[in-house]
Amino acid sequence: MDFSIMATSLPKLLGAAVVTLKLLSLSLFFGIFIGLLFAILRLNKNPFINRFAYGYSYVFRGTPLLVQIFIIYFGLGQIEYFRSTFLWVIFKEPYWCAIIAFALNTGAYTSEILRSAFETIKPGIIEAGKSLGIPNKIIFYKIQIPVAIRQSLPAYGNEIILMMKGTSLASTVTLMDLTGVAKYIISTTFKPIEVFIVAGSIYLFMTFIIHNLIKYLEKNFSY
Amino acid sequence: MEVLSFGKTGWGDELFYATLMTIAVSITAMLIGFLFSLIFTPLKLSNNKFLNFIANSYTTVIRGVPELLVIYLFFFGGSGAIMYVASIFGYFEYIEINAFITGSFAIGIISGAYSTEVFRGAIQSIDKGQFEAAKVLGIKKHIEFFKIIMPQMLRLAIPNLSNVWQITLKDTSLISVTGLVEIMRQSYIAVGSTRDPLLFYSIAALIYLMLTFLSMKLINRLEIKYSRGF
Repeated sequence: MDFSIMATSLPKLLGAAVVTLKLLSLSLFFGIFIGLLFAILRLNKNPFINRFAYGYSYVFRGTPLLVQIFIIYFGLGQIEYFRSTFLWVIFKEPYWCAIIAFALNTGAYTSEILRSAFETIKPGIIEAGKSLGIPNKIIFYKIQIPVAIRQSLPAYGNEIILMMKGTSLASTVTLMDLTGVAKYIISTTFKPIEVFIVAGSIYLFMTFIIHNLIKYLEKNFSY
Repeated sequence: MEVLSFGKTGWGDELFYATLMTIAVSITAMLIGFLFSLIFTPLKLSNNKFLNFIANSYTTVIRGVPELLVIYLFFFGGSGAIMYVASIFGYFEYIEINAFITGSFAIGIISGAYSTEVFRGAIQSIDKGQFEAAKVLGIKKHIEFFKIIMPQMLRLAIPNLSNVWQITLKDTSLISVTGLVEIMRQSYIAVGSTRDPLLFYSIAALIYLMLTFLSMKLINRLEIKYSRGF
């Protein structure tokens, strides 16, 4: 056990953890909107629309995140026409490609979580709203969404942790996140176990914080 | 379509063998995972605090740390660790471990942590009366486990195990970083020589989609088989 390597790598790894957290929070932010959108589409009565939403979540949940990142980062740049559009400004950066892939991926999982939450809402709650003469839109925004969010909190907490682990794949498209830096230190010092312990503890610490945050929110939003 | 043909000019046969490799790694990893859960599930369920602690740290660490980091640990640290053990026994030559073994071991340990949780949950949700009845009837421990607990446990565990299988299957894409030629690595090689990333990565995605689809169909059959009488 080489403690000096652990000590010297700690500040570098902590700096990289900030990159990981940034990637995580941005992809969760976009992912939640994608998830909500597709959850609503899933509940649509039109078979074409809900088939489309189902297909989206099936494809993104059935393929590895690594393939999704590679298609977005390496694949899209290949299309000549695509490179001339304004979107190219975003898609030429590995940072944004990674975030887009993560957001689409977590969006697929989030849509499943929210859909099942919407489906488990007791019909009595909606009927009560209707009998009080509350308009459908307000029932949806003020009753269904808050209840669904509360229902889906535990599952969403798991999804956040899975996504945090998923951000490690950003290192495959040249981003120096926590795993990327850890790999770099391992391959220069050749001390895999020491670096793994430090990087692993940082990840575990983040998992611990997220876990407790979700627990706290669950307590606050319980009814 | 010529690039996808089978034979010397196309990548079809290479991708086919890579798919077989992915399936082989996934199954090996899943089996190694079962082996791990066979060790750690009893530890988790035991009344001894220390054994509990060991099993809990295994599952928490593995489930809280990215798969890629675990794979790097095995990739860079695997042969070093084996050489260290060998040096104790007086063997000082360089030992290189096969990428297949390193990869399936790394994924196996990850999948083992998930299966441990699944088996623990399944055993805990079996009615206590079943254990007590077996004890009262004087049924031997191993027969109790194989004939009474296991069939009931499998019914509860199979839906969750199918999730673990999906996770394992998708995780195998990560061991492409170690150089094992599975679907991702083969696509990467094909992209290197054809400069057509969109096509090959899309095909890789399609193959994975097909694999998850087929395995879901198979597992659904198993589920029906094990839930007879319920």
